[in-house]
Amino acid sequence: MKLPIFLDNHSTTPMDPRVLEAMLPYFVEKFGNAASRNHAFGWAAEEAVEQARKQIAKLIKADSKEIVFTSGATESDNLALKGVLEMYKEKGTHIITSSTEHRAVLDTAKSLEAKGMATVTYLPVDKYGMVNPQDVQNAITDKTILISIMLANNEIGTINPIQEIGKIAKAKGVLFHCDATQGVGKIPVDVQAMGIDLMSFTSHKVYGPKGVGALYVRKRNPRVRIAAQIDGGGHERGMRSGTLPVPLIVGFGKACELCEQEMVTETARLIKMRDRLQTDIMAALEESYLNGHPTNRLPGNLNISFAYVEGESLLMGMKDIALSSGSACTSATLEPSYVLRALGVGTELAHSSIRFGLGRFNTDDEIDYTTKKVIEVVTKLREMSPLYEMAKEGVDLKSVQWAAH
Amino acid sequence: MAYSDKVVDHFNNPRNMGSFKKDDADVGTGMVGAPECGDVMKLQIKVQNDTIVDAKFKTFGCGSAIASSSLATEWLKGKTIEEAQKIKNTDIVQELNLPPVKIHCSVLAEDAIKAALADYQKKTDGQPTGTK
Repeated sequence: MKLPIFLDNHSTTPMDPRVLEAMLPYFVEKFGNAASRNHAFGWAAEEAVEQARKQIAKLIKADSKEIVFTSGATESDNLALKGVLEMYKEKGTHIITSSTEHRAVLDTAKSLEAKGMATVTYLPVDKYGMVNPQDVQNAITDKTILISIMLANNEIGTINPIQEIGKIAKAKGVLFHCDATQGVGKIPVDVQAMGIDLMSFTSHKVYGPKGVGALYVRKRNPRVRIAAQIDGGGHERGMRSGTLPVPLIVGFGKACELCEQEMVTETARLIKMRDRLQTDIMAALEESYLNGHPTNRLPGNLNISFAYVEGESLLMGMKDIALSSGSACTSATLEPSYVLRALGVGTELAHSSIRFGLGRFNTDDEIDYTTKKVIEVVTKLREMSPLYEMAKEGVDLKSVQWAAH
Repeated sequence: MAYSDKVVDHFNNPRNMGSFKKDDADVGTGMVGAPECGDVMKLQIKVQNDTIVDAKFKTFGCGSAIASSSLATEWLKGKTIEEAQKIKNTDIVQELNLPPVKIHCSVLAEDAIKAALADYQKKTDGQPTGTK
């Protein structure tokens, strides 16, 4: 077993060597521009891109013509929201989304709001982080043009009832965008069955290269149109100009193919490892709380709050394991996780949360090591915690008058 | 974010971690911060003849908060009450090489020192000197 251990597979994933192998010919040898229609270099590149498009479309049960390549999921989210709003603004400018979406959706929505281009409803989630389809239904007005709800949350892994939301959207004639960045390649996705009209996802979360992503844009029932946000040579049926990064796209395609082929066995393996990690840690450490849905969540996700210890210090104590925390100290904004706050997790427990993200290359040995290390470090830091001491003395921490700072 | 060697050292080998009985007459206790803010420091001093003979801390917070309070206890030992009053958060920042985003940890440590001193002085106020 090699240290450090990478258990942060929601942030990104290591590239699969099989993906790299598929990409290599497209850097030096087959370097053509996929838009060059008149020579063999261009044809070879275009063929590779179309092959990748098919591999990607197959994973999500779409048609390859419905895949629009972008630089990643953030761009896809931006393109979906801004592109739909601009195209359909005569119909209405109301967007429905949820409070636990990724910042790429939330900040795009806020930016549209700030410019006076949209009104946005941010739906609450339940204590597991799930959107209630009834809330979506109730929020729809005659001005609503887009619903944007994520497939699975990046912090807590909770999976939303996408199919039910898709049905509501369809019945009301509202477009449905789904940020599926964390879910694609990990759980079955079927844009037909789920009633999704636009869907964002990215290569580097599925063991492919960074720098390429896709927006699925439905072609039939209904034919979805979006206003391009980048003008230029009219690539990707005019929806996203810019020379296609052929090697990255080839890698993305191969990565999707591998996910599709291995999903069943990989899911079973991840759930087994994840459940063992969860059970062993939570059995050994009192007052550890699971964040997110107990069962309906991503196979590789585990998010736990350890009362009385702060997340960043936990990470510091386990510096040979790459993890992430909802603590304010680990975020750029110095605010604790807005996702955990939206579930009703108290601020102090949000500060105490650790996210474990298991992936394709994690092993049982790594999980054993992590379990041991987490128990050791939490125990050590609790010994050091005045809050733990007070709790042990029977002091109700909520009754204390803290000097806020 | 990379931590300075000194922060890592204090974090891995905290000095004077623990507690005194807070009701003892020769003990001053300072508790600052709030759980919602992600850091709470408890700093205690034991005083004899106006000199801090021992100090202990317990901290809930990030590595820099733990290091700041650990360092504070080291500095407090052997100082008189008057000398201890002069410890500044900027001294802690300098010693631990804290980045700007972690300066509040040092402020909290200074507040904890001040609170412990004040608590001790409150306990001894009105009592004849030399009895403590």
